[in-house]
Amino acid sequence: MYDFDRPRTARPDAAGTGVVAGSARLAPCDRHPRAPREGDVRIPAGCAIAAIMDRSGARHDGSDILRSIALMHDRSNGLGGGFAAYGIYPEYEELYAFHIMYESDEARRETEAYLDTYFMSEKQERIPTEPVASIKNPPDIWRYFAAPHPMRLAASGLDEAEYTMAHVFHINGKIDGAFVASSGKNMGAFKGVGYPEDIGAFYRICDYDAWAWTAHGRFPTNTPGWWGGAHPFTLLNWSVVHNGEISSYDANRRYVEQFGYDCELQTDTEVITYLFDLLSRRHGLSPELAAHIMTAPAWDEIDAMDAADAAFETALRTTYASALVNGPFSVILGSSEGLLAINDRLKLRALMAAEKGSMVYMASEQAAIELVCPDAENMRAIGGGEPFVVQLDSVVAAKAAADADAENDPHNAPLAHEVGVLPRRKEA
Amino acid sequence: MRDFRNPRYKVLRDREECIECDLCVRQCANEVHYRDKKTGALRADSMKCVNCQRCTLLCPTRALAITRWPQVDAGSAVWTEGAMDDITAQAQTGGVLLASMGNPKSYHIYWEHLLLNASQVTNPSIDPLREPMETRVVLGSRPSKLRVNERTRTVVSPLPPQLSCDVPVMFSAMSFGSVSLNTQKALALAARELGTYFNCGEGGLHRDLEPYADRAIVQVASGRFGVDPHYLNAGAAIEIKIGQGAKPGIGGHLPGEKINEEVSRTRMIPEGTDAISPAPHHDIYSIEDLRQLIFSLKEATGYAKPVAVKVAAVHNVAAIASGMARAGADIIVLDGFRGGTGAAPKRIRDNVGIPIELALAAVDERLRQEGIRSTVSLVASGTLRNAADVVRAVALGADAVSIGSAALIAMGCHQCGDCASGRCNWGIATQRADLVSRLAPEAAAERVVNLVSGWNREIQEMMGGMGINAIDSLRGNRLMLRGVGLNEKELEILGVKYAGE
Amino acid sequence: MAETIIVELGTKHFQEANAAVRAALAEADTVCIVEAYAQRYLGCTLPAGKRLEIHGTPGNDLACYMDGGEVEVFGSAQDQTANTMNAGTVVVHGRVGDAAGYAMRGGELIVRDGCGWRGGINMKQYGGKCPVIVIGGDAGNFLGEYMAGGIIVLMGRAGDHLASGMHGGVIYLRRNNTPAVVPDGLDLRELTDEDTATLGALLARYDACFGTEPHEHASVSEFVALRPASSRPYAAMYAS
Repeated sequence: MYDFDRPRTARPDAAGTGVVAGSARLAPCDRHPRAPREGDVRIPAGCAIAAIMDRSGARHDGSDILRSIALMHDRSNGLGGGFAAYGIYPEYEELYAFHIMYESDEARRETEAYLDTYFMSEKQERIPTEPVASIKNPPDIWRYFAAPHPMRLAASGLDEAEYTMAHVFHINGKIDGAFVASSGKNMGAFKGVGYPEDIGAFYRICDYDAWAWTAHGRFPTNTPGWWGGAHPFTLLNWSVVHNGEISSYDANRRYVEQFGYDCELQTDTEVITYLFDLLSRRHGLSPELAAHIMTAPAWDEIDAMDAADAAFETALRTTYASALVNGPFSVILGSSEGLLAINDRLKLRALMAAEKGSMVYMASEQAAIELVCPDAENMRAIGGGEPFVVQLDSVVAAKAAADADAENDPHNAPLAHEVGVLPRRKEA
Repeated sequence: MRDFRNPRYKVLRDREECIECDLCVRQCANEVHYRDKKTGALRADSMKCVNCQRCTLLCPTRALAITRWPQVDAGSAVWTEGAMDDITAQAQTGGVLLASMGNPKSYHIYWEHLLLNASQVTNPSIDPLREPMETRVVLGSRPSKLRVNERTRTVVSPLPPQLSCDVPVMFSAMSFGSVSLNTQKALALAARELGTYFNCGEGGLHRDLEPYADRAIVQVASGRFGVDPHYLNAGAAIEIKIGQGAKPGIGGHLPGEKINEEVSRTRMIPEGTDAISPAPHHDIYSIEDLRQLIFSLKEATGYAKPVAVKVAAVHNVAAIASGMARAGADIIVLDGFRGGTGAAPKRIRDNVGIPIELALAAVDERLRQEGIRSTVSLVASGTLRNAADVVRAVALGADAVSIGSAALIAMGCHQCGDCASGRCNWGIATQRADLVSRLAPEAAAERVVNLVSGWNREIQEMMGGMGINAIDSLRGNRLMLRGVGLNEKELEILGVKYAGE
Repeated sequence: MAETIIVELGTKHFQEANAAVRAALAEADTVCIVEAYAQRYLGCTLPAGKRLEIHGTPGNDLACYMDGGEVEVFGSAQDQTANTMNAGTVVVHGRVGDAAGYAMRGGELIVRDGCGWRGGINMKQYGGKCPVIVIGGDAGNFLGEYMAGGIIVLMGRAGDHLASGMHGGVIYLRRNNTPAVVPDGLDLRELTDEDTATLGALLARYDACFGTEPHEHASVSEFVALRPASSRPYAAMYAS
């Protein structure tokens, strides 16, 4: 069992070092006026992404993902890196694990008072970190294992996920100096300003065991100014790492904002996460159908389909026209089901995948897979607009048993095998 | 009564070039060019000239040119010749001043203050000549959430009826009566060729156009001309016309002299009678009544046709559009105050309504605030002059645009603004058989097809430059626009940042 | 095909109600609707050879775009009855609401009692089609506004602004109900022989519909004809 007491001893005392507590808003430098933060402006970025998953659900520490992303050092520029890990908190798997970054004690007090009002926290503590020379001015980073306050949840009229999402939005939007880095169950995001290998060391990710890891190294054009802007971006159980700059950003943003999502950070990753959340969690489509909608087939292709398929695709494209994502991107979506990778329709970004036994690997560059799995099999490039799905064996079994007549049920998606693509190719 | 106005134009004839072929005499329905009865000399009565440019463009030796009448005014910036001419005309007739085509006043054209984006480095531009570039738009209402069965790949509840346009440009409503049948035929042919739609306006659907009915939007206006079950079911969609940009809030009077046999048959009214469209629909005095009319049309067509509702852009347009969506409109059509018309009271045309750019931005934003933008389609019209205007309109939030004046200009219209006279020398805004025959539908359609095809290529180029390969990703994508020469309030309403931000 | 099918509406939504009525009309030429409560659009586009008998209070837009069918209401009808009706017959054993016969192009609307405001507004005739409205009671204001054709017979009193903007058709009024001052653009005259024949037939039609004795309500000799002075009332309105 993970020793949650360890961080307190492993971590430098906040008051003693001044590393975290009491630091004012993080400013990358003292120039005036300060450079705009992530969220004040839109900051394009290029990136490296990687992921490793064990379909059997067995857990592995973060050393492989760290090596994999570190190999792609030159695809990032030291202004952002991070990891998402699934299955790391099995003792608290029924509770929301909030990873929250604070820029001041005041922000922490305000946030904790807020959380105490709306959630019942079973445990709260600083996230263990390690001093790393290149990591400057980290925020104070805490985690909370909490359940929605049952009375308030009932009074809200929302389901648990909607309730939690609304409060995450409140903290991120309304409490100055506080940012929820992740808010899922039995998962967490570890991210910050720095190279991903340094961020990984800072967070001691080798001390965590996960059945799925995703990683991100960022090359923003500007300094994001603060840690909340680093990736993966997460919401509830979703995490997204993304490479590229989407040209449909504002169309997508204004679409999801209709449904109550606040695009505070103005990043592509944020809006893509919300698209997945809207289409999959709220509208009940499978993540692979959500990805299919985001990379919809061209009208020429739809016109060439038989009438039934064309009607289905036309309805999807018409209803979800504003969910089409345009411009270069490769995305790895993490969820409690597994991983989903998707490239834009024109395949303007590279993303490789391979497997070995129950292990599946993905990375922007092939060598980043081969480094950690020299005998990887089925190495392949993920095509444009073809979702690549990896699901836990337990999820695949549950889908096989699902009611075939149910509508808008993610479990009713076509069975995704270890590595499956959608649209599924017609059998000859 | 003696006319105290000067001519507006002066006809210049180059006697050295003129071969006295009399083509100008035959071409001018206004009888500007004539042979002097006594001397036989070829002369021109400039007073009658409306500057339609038919004679100058057809003159085989380019011997003709039209210039402004050289008379100077008194030098007042207030009492211009135009201002005085209006007073004089009313002093001489006691009438309501009538005008045609769109608002010519020099109000801000916001299109010209919105600059487009292009990709550099951080994402790639796309070359539309070699990579797919989608400009198809689908118009209609849709659920905010689709009910599907993923295993069978079927939609559980069918999508409401939709219009599919291969280009994001349709043709605005122009009724038979205000324009000639050949004009409508040209638009119908062009719509079929382009994979888009023409709109027959409020004057009914002429039987000659029935073969193109699958490309027709049939209009229901307050006068209900030509509206019967056959008409409603003939077209691809139905448009309820509440108002039009050139004359918000008023009805229409098509003068009896334009109601010839064909117009009469199509409108289903007697020949020679004024065709009067009431100012309001007399079954719509409130927003819930709009719902009643929308659903009466849906009942009459078995819910198989999208129902569009067209309104003029007026002060409270955002709230109105939101109400329209909630009343069941599948497509909201906004017509800005510069939109054209065959005839409108001049004071209305020049002073009532608001610009389409601001109206469109306000409506799109309000519908989003209400969370209903994705359930309804939005079409903008009222001076889309080129492909860049179309791109701007889509980026502000339109699904598609409609063009009227631009399509007529493609056919030969030179915006002389004399449509109401019924003497259009280009055969467009007239019912005189000799004039109508000048407009060959096939040739006019070719020009319109060329225009829209050219625009579509330009739209693709601009989208490609932005790194966008489907117009869906341009819709409402206001980050692709930056303002110049706009104040903060204008930027706020348009929802765009200033250039450099 | 069954002779008559009975459809009970109660408080069904109009979409469900009209679907039920249409389904019944596919099975029978006559459908008897009972317990109608405000369902809109009953008789919408109803073609020739089909008949609706409605008991209760049908909703707005009764017989809209009707195309030759027959509708008989045993009760009163609400607003916009016979809206843009093309052909057919509507008989109402009661009153009708506002804007009855709006833009009506053909057929007949025969109302035992009165009508609301703006009856026959923008009514028009074309070719062989000549719409007819017969009102047994009083009419609200603006009867025959913008009227461009057809016939209105009014047995009771007219409201104000009678036939405002009328530019076609004829309104038959009782002599003692005519406006004190005939507005500009209108022409009030004694009946011609043709008028007498037309009106006589319509009064007889009224009696036949409601089982009243001939001339119980009105006799032809009491009526005068109101017509527009011009089919171009606004010809001189504009300058350019």
